[in-house]
Amino acid sequence: MPKRILIVGGGLAGTIVANGLSRRLGGELRSGDVCISMLSITDRHMYQPGLLYLPFGRFREDELFRDQRSVLDRRVNFHVDAAKYIDCEKKVVTTASGNAFSYDYLVIATGSHLNLDAIPGFRDGAHWFYDLEGAKKLRAALTKFEGGRIVVNVNAPHKCPVAPLEITFMLHDYLKERRVLDKSEITYTYPIGRLHALEPVATWALPEFERLGIKYQTFFNTAEIDPQAKVIKSEEGDELPYDLLIGIPPHKGAAVIEESNLGKGGWVPTNTKTLLRDGSTDVFVVGDTTNIPISKAGSTAHFEADTIIDNLSHLIQEGCWARDYDGKVFCFIETGLNSGTYVWFNYNTPPKPSEPTQMVHWFKLAYNRMYWLSASGLL
Amino acid sequence: MSRQTIDARNAFCPGPLMELIATLKLSSVGDEVEVLSSDKGSADDIPAWTRKVGHELVSCDKLENHWSIVVKKKK
Repeated sequence: MPKRILIVGGGLAGTIVANGLSRRLGGELRSGDVCISMLSITDRHMYQPGLLYLPFGRFREDELFRDQRSVLDRRVNFHVDAAKYIDCEKKVVTTASGNAFSYDYLVIATGSHLNLDAIPGFRDGAHWFYDLEGAKKLRAALTKFEGGRIVVNVNAPHKCPVAPLEITFMLHDYLKERRVLDKSEITYTYPIGRLHALEPVATWALPEFERLGIKYQTFFNTAEIDPQAKVIKSEEGDELPYDLLIGIPPHKGAAVIEESNLGKGGWVPTNTKTLLRDGSTDVFVVGDTTNIPISKAGSTAHFEADTIIDNLSHLIQEGCWARDYDGKVFCFIETGLNSGTYVWFNYNTPPKPSEPTQMVHWFKLAYNRMYWLSASGLL
Repeated sequence: MSRQTIDARNAFCPGPLMELIATLKLSSVGDEVEVLSSDKGSADDIPAWTRKVGHELVSCDKLENHWSIVVKKKK
């Protein structure tokens, strides 16, 4: 009976795990001692960071997607069949089509998802760029924008922690390009008392906002949006009128997680170092799905996936543990349409952003194309 | 009423306060959330945010090498 590895979720984290394990366990796959299967809700793989560029015409829709089958190692058994119930006691996952997948090792990679109904009025009053339809609608709205008040409103929790700052800086440059900057006002809101959760990033961003004339309102926890009056209101009692509202919506985990009683809000309690589900020795959790207090970012998914690949292959081949996850995160930060910087940190090394340069921006543009090598497990 | 603990020691991003905000959204009125943080700024940030939004600061204690801050959801 082969060792069955089941990966639930076909986003970046699940895909890297599937591809990395296929490479490490090639011999075992050939001999039939191991089989690797993946369940996904879709047959397409989307490069999510590309959505940041689509509203500004810097990325086309077709550039965001590839067939998941073409990204996955051919030895992975791939099923477009949504998981409906994950039973960690009986070690079986049942799916929308009624199939049951038993496993010896499970990797939960079900990601994070937009919670557009969490804030009253958000769905009707705001634009967003965190999914394809939202990014396309924002692109249409920006194309027609001839000046006015734009509010960039940030809500927690959300994936890609630096994207709200990125969209704000890129928006500034875009309005300048369109020659409507002098007729526009950008106000950025954030839930805590500074511009970003990462204090060094917030400290760097503040003089940039002041230099560029970008207004901000901190301690702004959104209570509701009035789409008719075009006003956004906070729990703190503040109100901001807008002509165009760009919202970063709160996120939630996948419904199957809550429905399987695996975690409130869809976030699975996970050990910060082993990436094992709390209370399990055979269930790993990777990417946005964990409840680890760490950035929900692509790089987090990538470095976590690498750790799981090392550990799962060691367990199967040598019966021992390889290494712990060190909390590493690396994020590019676009600081306009022509400049960028980056920040990295881990559990023991605090972040320290450097001055933006054109070179880092170009490297990010290159990475936008090299992403598929990461997903394939080659980069 | 329940109490949940977020161990955000050595967590830089999104950081202890943002984790608290996310957790309170999933909590019921009357629930308490304890945040463990190794960042001394949390001992100022979290009480300030709690007051601003209208929740209750139950306690804010410095322990050996970290802080324990307990917030009760009031609305």
